[in-house]
Amino acid sequence: MSLLNQSLSTLQTLLDKKEIKPTDLLEESLAAISRVDGQVRAFLTVDEEGARAAAAGLDRELESGNGARGPLFGLPAGIKDNISTEGLRTTCASRFLENFVPVYDATVMNRLKAAQSVTVGKLNMDEFAMGSSNENSAFFATRNPWNPEYVPGGSSGGSAAAVAAGEVYFALGSDTGGSIRQPAAYCGVVGLKPTYGLVSRYGLVAFASSLDQIGPLAKNVEDAAHVLQAIAGYDPMDSTSANVAIPDYRQALTGDIRGLRIAVPREYMGEGVAEEVRARVQEALRVFESLGAVVEEVSMPHTEYATAAYYIIACCEASSNLSRFDGVRYGRRAEAGSLEELYVKSRNEGFGKEVKRRIMLGTFALSSGYFDAYYLKAQRVRTLVKRDFEQVFEKYDLIAGPTTPTTAFRLGEKTDDPLTMYLNDILTIPVNLAGVPAISVPCGFSGGLPVGLQLIGKPFGEAELLRAAHAYQQSTDHHLKRPQLAGEGGDAR
Amino acid sequence: MNITAQDAKQVARLARLGLSEEEADQFAGHLNDILQYVQKMNELDTSGVNPTSHVLPIANVMREDEVRPSLPLSDVLKNAPDAGDGQFRVPPVLE
Repeated sequence: MSLLNQSLSTLQTLLDKKEIKPTDLLEESLAAISRVDGQVRAFLTVDEEGARAAAAGLDRELESGNGARGPLFGLPAGIKDNISTEGLRTTCASRFLENFVPVYDATVMNRLKAAQSVTVGKLNMDEFAMGSSNENSAFFATRNPWNPEYVPGGSSGGSAAAVAAGEVYFALGSDTGGSIRQPAAYCGVVGLKPTYGLVSRYGLVAFASSLDQIGPLAKNVEDAAHVLQAIAGYDPMDSTSANVAIPDYRQALTGDIRGLRIAVPREYMGEGVAEEVRARVQEALRVFESLGAVVEEVSMPHTEYATAAYYIIACCEASSNLSRFDGVRYGRRAEAGSLEELYVKSRNEGFGKEVKRRIMLGTFALSSGYFDAYYLKAQRVRTLVKRDFEQVFEKYDLIAGPTTPTTAFRLGEKTDDPLTMYLNDILTIPVNLAGVPAISVPCGFSGGLPVGLQLIGKPFGEAELLRAAHAYQQSTDHHLKRPQLAGEGGDAR
Repeated sequence: MNITAQDAKQVARLARLGLSEEEADQFAGHLNDILQYVQKMNELDTSGVNPTSHVLPIANVMREDEVRPSLPLSDVLKNAPDAGDGQFRVPPVLE
């Protein structure tokens, strides 16, 4: 059986006994990429040379056997292409940054290096993280490993697909309105968005600064917990980083959730949600009850307003953040006779349609005469959405519901109307507005495509969130299913 | 709220984006649809509700004003489309 499909503890044992070395793990990853990425198209850049050098270095360390190993020792990882990797091309899936090579590592990359994982390459995404299908990548669309005619979700579509297709052991993605959780749901993997401020944003190309968070995508909750442990924690380089104590997330995976109080908002299970998605979620809730949790219906009345507030806030913040792409210091520079022309032409040539649309919306909503009606109004609505969470968390430990209203859709199905696309995120967006943590775990299938269950926790309550998700996975096997890719033997991996 | 192609072009100018006639029309249309959707927010009475700009209770994050190592100039200029004399070169700003 594939090494990449083994549990972390099995791999630790094999490494301890020197039956495998990091190069073996990496070569498997590279072989898988070579076999399936022509179909899946998760990767924008594969760094064979760098990864092999890193793995060889770890081999030598293992050989010299001084015992101490980083918690992610030897694990091949894929990194979403909006996270800065020094010396390794970072494009944000945009023509603007097509040849951009960062001169420093994001803090999360430094933490992964300390944990000793091996970066295999950079993963495809919607351009500048704006999208829910990976179709907005300036280069090509990633395919859902479960069905290549379907989208993997977005904007961390490459991250989710690479994990689902067994190309990497884990991936990092980013989530502003659902961009880790929604593709995780569509691809049948685990995706976690931490509490805002838990993971440093230093080196993450900013989309919406008050919403963005980096998080792990992995094949199970245990792996996700290990990755989170490595990347979480205060960073003085990020002024929005929270200075809080980090618990041991791995120790939190006790399997015991007796007495856990889970709230299910009726607004998350309404008519906008596909019947089979609702059915899979209800089956999951029964599993939680069988494990001793209490599940009750609640109301979060401002849910329906969250998407409107989000699109205003996110686009406003994006319009400001993307003004740095001016063709002067890095990225694409167009031929121009004046500075003004340089800005306009470089941006016009470099940015795709959706990026331009969001910059336009944000610029409009911040402009004189409209600021109060749109941006300020959205911020007040944000307060109301946040309060809904605070009120529910006074009586409950977690909130549960579907991650997405439907399973993955076909490529090209929703590209004509931006609004239709935006509505894929209605269940994930409120979480980012409130800044709380949330995880998507596979909870079954509908029409051959994965369904995701979303669990939402209290601020900095990742330990409890992971404990509940892990307990669920101990009692179910949805996360053990693997897609069958052409040229592969399905579950016999 | 009805955004015309003219309005779209004005917004584009603010954002230093260039739009063709066709794009201006298309964007105006999409913007109108989105703005129509976000009108929904007006169903809520938010008088007396404070705006949330930031979810964490942190403010004025500062450090001591001590000189610390920063990016070396060579790194700063590494991705420059056009540089010289340790500076980024651009077309003239003033006539």
